[in-house]
Amino acid sequence: MPRAATTSDAFNAVAEPRRREILDLLASGELSVGDLVAQLGLTQPQVSKHLQVLRQVDLVRSRTVGRQRMYRVNGPALKPVHDWVTGFERTWNERLDRLDDLLTTLHNTDPQPEQE
Amino acid sequence: MNTTTRHGSAIVTTPSDTEILIRRTFDCPAAAIFDAWTTPEHVRQWWGTEDAPLVVCEIDLRVGGTWRYVVAFPDGNELGWHGTYRDIQRPNGLVSTEVWEPFPEGEAVNTMTLSEEDGTTTMTVRVQHSSKENRDGHLNSGMESGMQDVLDRLEDLVRS
Repeated sequence: MPRAATTSDAFNAVAEPRRREILDLLASGELSVGDLVAQLGLTQPQVSKHLQVLRQVDLVRSRTVGRQRMYRVNGPALKPVHDWVTGFERTWNERLDRLDDLLTTLHNTDPQPEQE
Repeated sequence: MNTTTRHGSAIVTTPSDTEILIRRTFDCPAAAIFDAWTTPEHVRQWWGTEDAPLVVCEIDLRVGGTWRYVVAFPDGNELGWHGTYRDIQRPNGLVSTEVWEPFPEGEAVNTMTLSEEDGTTTMTVRVQHSSKENRDGHLNSGMESGMQDVLDRLEDLVRS
């Protein structure tokens, strides 16, 4: 399936559901690795591995605060991530509106005679 | 009396850890909706968008028959789904599997039911995944909508 080579790493990074969960959590603000572990129910090594992948494609950045490593979504990435989270419902809303349009065209809006 | 106003939004809920439920009501007999779901010439008119139309729409409507949809984006990228029909009960029910091709291990079972009363039909589509992880990935993907913008932005990020 054709896909540009330069986008495939980032695409694969966010195709993984757990990494999308991480981005969704970070969309609300900076979190520590411990916060993410607690909210995701994963082990720390698992969370760290996902964060490393996201760092490699620059979707998250980190800074050290005291003894903690804090992660945040890279600013420009915030909007598309947010769009993804709401994307499913919006996709189906729009899709079923198009179906509704088609049904109206096919079957017009003339009222049906009342059933006896 | 039918009007041209819509019944409102599709409602998406998660009745369990592994399911997605999509519901919407239409001013239309169940048979008309069933046919619009299972006729390629019709599906092409509502599944994709103007920017990302369906370029492949194959439906072999029989138990054990397969279906495949492919959406094409302006830059040439394509996304596909396919599956097999398991149960066909026109006009009220349709059960099929669905695989989103970038994630082939996440096969789901879709159960569509159409319940008609007084010319109004309530459609429910229940998407049953094999795990919470797959269900969450599907729900959070948003990959079907605005894919091109997303890929462009990711490309900018990766290159910057």
